[in-house]
Amino acid sequence: MEAADALTPQPKRSVGRRLAGLFHGRPRLQISTLLAGPIGWLVVGYLGSLAVLLVAGFWTLGELSGEVEQSFTFDNFSQIFTEPVYRTVIGRTVLIAALVTLTDALLALPLAFYMAKVAGARTRGMLVVAVLVPLWSSYLVKVYAFKTILSEEGALNWALNPLGIEGPGPGNVSVWLVMSYIWLPYMIIPIYAALERMPDTLLSASEDLGAHPGHTFRRVIFPLIFPAIIAGSIFTFSLTLGDYIAVQLLSTNQFIGTIVSSNITNNLPFAAAFATVPIVIMVIYLLLARRAGAFEHV
Amino acid sequence: MKTEPGSARWAWLIVAGLTLFLAAFAAGCGSSDDDSTTADTSDMPTELGEGEGEVNLVAWAGYVEDGSTDPKVDWVTDFEKETGCEVNVKVGNTSDEMVQLMRTGEYDGVSASGDATLRLIDGGDVVPVNTDLVPNYADVFPGLKDQPYNSVDGQMYGIPHGRGANLMMSNTEDVKPTPTSLSAVFDEAELAKQEGHVTAYDSPIYIADAAVYLMATQPDLGITNPYELDEDQFNAAIDLLKTQNEYIGEYWSDYTKEISAFANGDSTVGTTWQVINQLLQADGEPVTAEITDEGATGWSDTWMVSSEAKNPNCMYMWMNHIIDPKTNAAVAEWFGEAPANEKACDFTADPKHCEIYDAAGDKYLDDLYYWTTPVSDCGDDRGEVCKTYDDWVQGWTEVKG
Amino acid sequence: MRLTGRSAMLLRIASSLTLAFIYIPLAIIIIYAFNPDVVLKWPPPGLTLDWFGKAFENDGAREAFFNSIKAGLAATAFALVLGTLASLAVARYKFFGRETVSFLVILPIALPGIVTGVALNTSFTQVLGIDLGLFTIIIGHATFCIVVVYNNVVARLRRLSTSFEEASADLGATPFQTFRRVTLPNMRGALVAGALLAFGLSFDEIIVTRFTAGAGEQTLPLWILDNFSRPNQLPIVNVVAVLVILISIIPVYAAYRLTKDEDGATAAHAAP
Repeated sequence: MEAADALTPQPKRSVGRRLAGLFHGRPRLQISTLLAGPIGWLVVGYLGSLAVLLVAGFWTLGELSGEVEQSFTFDNFSQIFTEPVYRTVIGRTVLIAALVTLTDALLALPLAFYMAKVAGARTRGMLVVAVLVPLWSSYLVKVYAFKTILSEEGALNWALNPLGIEGPGPGNVSVWLVMSYIWLPYMIIPIYAALERMPDTLLSASEDLGAHPGHTFRRVIFPLIFPAIIAGSIFTFSLTLGDYIAVQLLSTNQFIGTIVSSNITNNLPFAAAFATVPIVIMVIYLLLARRAGAFEHV
Repeated sequence: MKTEPGSARWAWLIVAGLTLFLAAFAAGCGSSDDDSTTADTSDMPTELGEGEGEVNLVAWAGYVEDGSTDPKVDWVTDFEKETGCEVNVKVGNTSDEMVQLMRTGEYDGVSASGDATLRLIDGGDVVPVNTDLVPNYADVFPGLKDQPYNSVDGQMYGIPHGRGANLMMSNTEDVKPTPTSLSAVFDEAELAKQEGHVTAYDSPIYIADAAVYLMATQPDLGITNPYELDEDQFNAAIDLLKTQNEYIGEYWSDYTKEISAFANGDSTVGTTWQVINQLLQADGEPVTAEITDEGATGWSDTWMVSSEAKNPNCMYMWMNHIIDPKTNAAVAEWFGEAPANEKACDFTADPKHCEIYDAAGDKYLDDLYYWTTPVSDCGDDRGEVCKTYDDWVQGWTEVKG
Repeated sequence: MRLTGRSAMLLRIASSLTLAFIYIPLAIIIIYAFNPDVVLKWPPPGLTLDWFGKAFENDGAREAFFNSIKAGLAATAFALVLGTLASLAVARYKFFGRETVSFLVILPIALPGIVTGVALNTSFTQVLGIDLGLFTIIIGHATFCIVVVYNNVVARLRRLSTSFEEASADLGATPFQTFRRVTLPNMRGALVAGALLAFGLSFDEIIVTRFTAGAGEQTLPLWILDNFSRPNQLPIVNVVAVLVILISIIPVYAAYRLTKDEDGATAAHAAP
C-alpha cells in the first residue's frame, strides 16, 4: 500500500485549495462573502445616501441667505400636501407616465411579435440591431431634435400644415409623444425576449384547437408575456416619472422632475422632501411588479 | 421565503437600522455650517500678490467672451496673456443658479445681479473687496458705488460691472404695431393675439415685472416698489402672471433658447436682454427691442470675490481688467448695457452708446427697478409683512402650474 | 409561426409603423448633421460636410468622448464583478432576504435619476467631503449598472444545470476552479450582454452624471448639454451623435450574435 501511496500524486495545498477548505461546509460564510461587496455597497452607499436625502427633507433655510440650516421641521413635507399646485404636478406626471407606458406597450407588441415569431433568422438579427442601436443615440440629442421637429418651423409642421393641421405646440401632448419615443426600446427588449422564449408549439396548438389569432393572443400569448410587459413598464414609467430635461424643453408645465431640480438650486430641503414622492411611488410600483413576476424579465 | 435560523433575519434588521442611524448622524455633523458675518474685513487682502495661474468665474452669458461665440468678440485672450491667469467660465442662467454655483466653493468670483448679491453676502459666500487694489474703480460712475445691493455699512462687496434694463422684444413681422407697453404681455386682449407665442423670463424675479405693470394699471393697490409686495399686492401679481401663463408658449432662462425660439417662430413677443436682440438682428431676424413705457425692471451687476477663492489675486486682476475703459466699452456694447466706467464712454465703437444707454443714469437708468432680493421687511410703515424670496419662489411655482 | 392573410398584413403594417416611428426622427438628426445653418429649421437649406471636420478637431468633444469611454469601462467592470457576485449568491443558495436582493439591485435604476443623483451628491459633498470627479461618476454609474449584469447572469445561471458544477467538484476541483473553468465559460454570453448594456447605459447617462461630476471633467453627455447652449457648436453636437450611432452598430451586433448562439434559443423555432 505504501508504494501505491507514494505513486499517487497528492493535490498541492495551494492557496486556492486552502481557501476552499475554509469555505467548505459553511454556506453562510460563502453567501456572506459573495454578498459583502454588492449588498454592502448598495445598503451602506446607496440606501445610506437615500437616508441622508430623507433627513435633509426635514431641514430649513436661512431667511435671507437661503443657506441650509439643520433644524427639524415638517414644513417641507406638509407643503407638498397643502399646496394644490404640487398635487396637480404629481397627478400630471403620474398620468403622463402611465400614458407613455401604455403607448409604448401598444407600439412594442406588434414589432416584438414580428421579430420573435414571424421574421426569418436574418431579418430577426437585423431587426434586433435596429431596435438596440437607437438606445445608443444620445438622449439629449433626441430630445433637442424633437424640440426642433415640433417647433413652429420644424419638420412636423412642414408635413402637417399643407393638410391644414397644426402640430402640437409645447405642452403635455409633446411631452407624451417624445417620452413615448425615447423609452420605446426599453419596452421592446423584454417583450421580445419573453416572446422568443415562448415555444412555438403553444401557438400551433392553439391554432389547431381552432382559435383565430386574436383569440390566441388574448388567451395564450398575453398572459404569458404580461410579466415582461410589466418589466418593460418599470423603465418607461420611472424614466418618465423622474425626467426633468425633456419636460422642461417641451412644456411650460411642471413635473415632479422639474420641481425637484428647480428647488435643488435654492431650497435643498424642499427638493429632498419632494424627492421622496417619486421614491414612494416607485417602491410601491416595484412591489406590485415583483408580485406580477416582472423581476424575472427585466 | 425560506428562513435561515433566526440570526440572519436580525442581521438584516440590524444592518438596516445601523445604516439609517449612521446616515442621520453623518448628515448631521457632515455639513459645514457657515456662520455669516457682515462687513468682516479681516480677510480682505491689503496688497496684490502674483497671479495664481488661473481664475474660475461664474458669469452671465456674454460677460466673459474669448472669441468662441464670435472671433471679433474677445477680451479674455489679452487678459490671459498679460496676467498669465487662464480664465475658466461657467455661465449661470439665473441668479438662483449663480448663488448655487458659488455655494459649491469651486469658483473664485461671480458677476452677481442685485437679487443674488445680498444672498451671497448674508450667506458668507463672498468677501468684502478692497477697492484700493482695483485702480480702475476710481473711474466708476458714482451712482453705482455704495449701493444697497453691493455694499454693507459703507464697505464695498464687489466691483460694479454695468447695468441695463429688461426690454420687450417682438417680431416685427408678426406683432404690429411694435409694442412699447407691458400690456403686450399682460393685457389679455393683446395676449390673445399672440397666443402660444408669448415668452417670459423663467425666474421668480419676473414677478417684479408684473408688479411694475400693476403700478401703472392698478394704482389703488398702492405698489411703490415692485420688490416690496405685501399679501394683496403679491396675490394680484401672481394672478396676473397666471393669466399670462395661459398664453405663454415657453419660458426662457438660457439666452440661446430665446434666440432659437424667436428664430424658429416659436416666440414672437416677450422680455429680453439687449444682447439677445443684437444677436438675432445680426442673423437677419426681424426683431426689435424696446424699453417699456410703464418703466422696467433692470439689473446692476457686481463682480464679487468668493470666500473660498483659490485664486484671489487673479480674481482682483480680472476685476480690474473687466472695468478698464476699453474692455468695459467692449462688454457694454456686446451685451447692450451701460458701462460702469465713465471713461469707457470714450472707447465705444458707437460714440452715442453711453447716451443711448443712459450711462450717467439721469434719463431712465436711475429709475429702473433693479433686481434685488425681496425680504420681509417692507422698509416702510407696513413693517415686516412683505413677501420674502422664498414666497416668490413658491408663487412662481404656482404660476407655472 | 405562420400567420395568414389579414392578420399577417396587419402585423406587418403595425410593425412597420413602429419602426418608422423609431427611425424617422433619427433620420432627421442625421440630416441635421449635414445642415450648414446654425439655426435648425426644416427643411435645411443645404448639405455640407464641414461640421464633420470641425467635430474631429474639437478638443472638448474628444476629451469628453474618452472620458465617457473610461468611465464606461470602469463602471462596467465594477458592475460585472458586483453583479456576478450577487447573482451567484441568489442563483445558487437559499437564504433569508434572497428576494430582497433583487429588489435592492433594481432600486438604483428604478428610482428617478435625479433622486439617485442628488442623494449621491449630498453624500459625497456633505457627508464624506470628497471632491467630485471621474471617480464619483464611476461610482454612480456602477450603482445602477449592477442590475443589468445581475439580471442577465441570474437568468443564465437559473437555466444552467448545477450538474456540471457538481461533477466538477466530484472530480476534485475547488469552487474557484469550478467557477473559472465551468461556470464562467457558460455564462460568457450573459456577461457580454450585461456588460454591453451596462456600458451603453453609462455612456449615455446624463442625469445622475450631472450631480456626480466635478467642475473639471466632462463625459460626452455633459459636453453635449454644455454645447447645446452655444449656438455655434450645435451642429457639431449632431455630428457627434451621428458618429456614436454609427459606431455602436458593431458592438450591438456582436453582442447579439454571442447571446444568440449560446442560448440555443433557435430551438424554440423548430417548425411545428
